[in-house]
Amino acid sequence: MKDFNGFIRPDGSVGIRNHVLVIPSVSCANGVVGLIARMVPEAVPIYHGHGCGRAGKDMEWHMRTLVNLGKNPNAAAVLVIGLGCEVIKGEFLAQGIASSGKPVELLNIQEQGGSLKTAARGAEIIRRFLDDAAREVRQPAPFSSLTLGLECGGSDAFSGVTANPSVGRVADWVVDQGGTVILTETTEMIGTSHILERRACDSQVAAQVAAMIAQAEKRTHELLGPLASVVIAPGNMDGGMSSIREKSLGCIIKGGSRVINQVIDYAEIPSQKGLILMDGPGYDTESMAGVAAAGSQIMIFTTGRGNPIGFPMVPVIKVASTTQMFTRMEDDMDINAGAILQGRSLEQVASDIRELLIKVAGGDLTKAERNQQTGILCMSTNLGAF
Amino acid sequence: MKINVIVINEMDNVGIALEDIKRGGEVRTAEGTCFTALDEVPFSHKVALVQLAKGDEVFKYGEVIGRCSRDISRGEWVHTHNLE
Repeated sequence: MKDFNGFIRPDGSVGIRNHVLVIPSVSCANGVVGLIARMVPEAVPIYHGHGCGRAGKDMEWHMRTLVNLGKNPNAAAVLVIGLGCEVIKGEFLAQGIASSGKPVELLNIQEQGGSLKTAARGAEIIRRFLDDAAREVRQPAPFSSLTLGLECGGSDAFSGVTANPSVGRVADWVVDQGGTVILTETTEMIGTSHILERRACDSQVAAQVAAMIAQAEKRTHELLGPLASVVIAPGNMDGGMSSIREKSLGCIIKGGSRVINQVIDYAEIPSQKGLILMDGPGYDTESMAGVAAAGSQIMIFTTGRGNPIGFPMVPVIKVASTTQMFTRMEDDMDINAGAILQGRSLEQVASDIRELLIKVAGGDLTKAERNQQTGILCMSTNLGAF
Repeated sequence: MKINVIVINEMDNVGIALEDIKRGGEVRTAEGTCFTALDEVPFSHKVALVQLAKGDEVFKYGEVIGRCSRDISRGEWVHTHNLE
């Protein structure tokens, strides 16, 4: 089994980056997180727009997303900035993240006496965390410790022909190494339930797959009404797709062909290895937040139209579906799967992606990392996402 | 000659056009198959790789994407007009 060099965390997980995170418990704390990030630019701020006015499923999802992002092995240490009166308490986040054994500290702005005092203390903590993290050295780790998250966004007619089938071969390789692959975007599985059920490890997981996809279909109809066909449709028939099943197959092919070992909820950390299905929205940035919180140290993102977005703490490899787009957006694209249209085989492109994945796991930067395409954390809500 | 049709899975009985293929034009796959297109097959659309009978299952991605609603000859365009 091949090895890569990573950072071994106290809970035995392996990071491929050594980031120190600053997580606001609530959007009201973003300003202080920004002050700290400007004082110590090496810190990785996880800006987001939520944390209060949450209830029910949304509260559960948001707490889990923030806690599990903190637990992600790419984070060496975490500083939580709370306000004090919010619904999703900083204390809860700090305790949840600390269960992974990594260093965690909490500062509540109301207790610290305002923005400037909190930021000054926060910057001190971050500098100490960074000094400690800098003493960590990369050590050999097996690929079985790797979790690969998958995403496709801004798809075109060739995403399902070039980029997704190539990535599917890489997903199979990760599973064959004993690693974990997370396939999500439930709306893009509609029409393929019987195929995915057949690939489930047992009847219980098969039933969960069926329920998850049926729920996504029902929900899409509820939310969009007559417009549901925009999402649940072969798409543009000019693209050559003859049925919704064929279109969805082009999406799920990026998850490869292995047995489905577990179905997890949005942002949940799987207890099994191998191929995992995560219930989640099709919208790119919300989906990536869930995939990162589920523990992915690395993501592969296939795109036809060309989406440059990365993620604050997880390297994202961009795979372009056509040479035209790759050439036009070469600053953002890591791999040109469009070379298949010029005669390169799926296996050759899969091999290119696998080699890059191994290099990135060892520390090479992706284009999204170089471009600091970190964006703002978008967490899925129960109110209107599909 | 450069290929102009890709076959994603070895079980597939349709391939995908990598360019607009004219009726009477040549279909060339990486597997070395070479035959004549009986229809115009637009860029990103499907072409039958073998002779198919009405009711036969059509495979793409190694999975069934539908059944032939009529007999389909090798080289025919496969879409909603002959697939159900």
